[in-house]
Amino acid sequence: MSEVRFTDQHEWVRLDGDVATIGITKYAAEQLGDVVYVELPETGRKVGAGGEAAVVESVKAASEVYAPVGGEVTASNPALSEDPAKVNADPEGEGWFFKLKLADKGEFAKLMTADRYAEFVKGL
Amino acid sequence: MADPNEVLCKTPLHALHVERGAKMVPFSGYEMPVQYPAGVLKEHLHTRDKAGLFDVSHMGQAFLSGSDPSKALERLTPADVSGLKEGLQRYGLLLNERGTIKDDFMFSRLTGEAPLYLVVNAGTKDGDFEYIAGELKGIASLELRPDRALLALQGPAAAIVLERHSPGISKLTFMKVVRCSVAGAPAIVSRSGYTGEDGFEISLEAIHAERVARALLGETEVLPIGLGARDSLRLEAGLCLYGHDIDETVNPVEASLVWSIGKRRKLDKDFPAAEKILDAVFNGTAKKRVGIRPDGKAPAREGTEIADKTGRAIGQITSGGFGPSLNAPVAMGYVETAFAGDCTEIDLIVRGKSMPARVSPMPFVPHRYRRAI
Repeated sequence: MSEVRFTDQHEWVRLDGDVATIGITKYAAEQLGDVVYVELPETGRKVGAGGEAAVVESVKAASEVYAPVGGEVTASNPALSEDPAKVNADPEGEGWFFKLKLADKGEFAKLMTADRYAEFVKGL
Repeated sequence: MADPNEVLCKTPLHALHVERGAKMVPFSGYEMPVQYPAGVLKEHLHTRDKAGLFDVSHMGQAFLSGSDPSKALERLTPADVSGLKEGLQRYGLLLNERGTIKDDFMFSRLTGEAPLYLVVNAGTKDGDFEYIAGELKGIASLELRPDRALLALQGPAAAIVLERHSPGISKLTFMKVVRCSVAGAPAIVSRSGYTGEDGFEISLEAIHAERVARALLGETEVLPIGLGARDSLRLEAGLCLYGHDIDETVNPVEASLVWSIGKRRKLDKDFPAAEKILDAVFNGTAKKRVGIRPDGKAPAREGTEIADKTGRAIGQITSGGFGPSLNAPVAMGYVETAFAGDCTEIDLIVRGKSMPARVSPMPFVPHRYRRAI
């Protein structure tokens, strides 16, 4: 059974066991506009919570994506280098960025639930 | 960056942009549409495929009159103004006394009219007008026209669309300008633009702007286009954005804009810092503006360092992004002249990593100007 949590930087994290899958939210994808390039972390790289992990670029600008939780990168989405527009088409599904082996489950528990994130976005 | 307390001006089309769902952003003191719901990518491709309508009313419009306004204006630009025939428009550089670029602008000689019609950039217009009026005091007078709006209709379908609202206008060829009526409103129309596509710029009294814009947007071929796509279109076309690719730190030779210096002007040497600029024309400059195509897919943005293959810094990107029509990143920037040759291999330092790239001829996307009917 997986659970999805969110950050105020508009990333989502889906936890399956100790594997966290990370991407950007629908709201973030809409704000960015058409995504034309995504730079993803290499497998094996260790990232700390809040550390720079990826870069997403729209026609106009580049934005950093921070790791919402710390851990070791186990995979990055190969489909995004061929078709970065997947981030706009299905940001919280096929447009995932990378997976990591979660170091500390406590970090996940501190993130926003779907309801709290929805409220957060409404207030923006 | 934008000052949150800055009071932003609105163009006469502001309400229409909001109605069409535009995302409004501060730009050169104006609240302008950066994109509409279609998004930058679709807006860009639509302009190259059919036609896009741009609100460029934030740009500065003025008339320069006097006993010989052309001769007067030549004090401040190396363009051939006096030699411009009636009914034609031309691109020029406004130079300061040091011979570096204060702005780039368009000037027109309307048929049967003595004053020159000028269009300058939005972000520089106050300074430009003050400079022109001050420098030409006593020999020419500048009449500002903030009461005029400016629309650009760009793309391969622009001519058939505009013809429906201004019969006969499609006979105008590239860089020609005429007074005519558009959807019943008196207008100054030139066959020009800043996208690399065929198209028109339409200057109107502000009171008619919204009605004319609605009439053009009512045509099935036309979508409203924001500043985002305007920027990617002009970059693919190899055209400079003032304040980024050209400014008061570079002269026309460094900027690769020597073509805008009139032949007669080179002989007469009577423009600002003429000796210095002509010396640069004949002997070269240390750096030069070039087009750049990264080998990979990652865009290199403004400010990115350019290095040679040994890692030595040789320049900087001044405009860079993704070119939707090429489906690849494109950029322009300044490099040491030894590296300015087409196809020279260089590196772009993006997020600490060296990305291979090549100096490339511009435009990146061929211009499709309508030079003959």
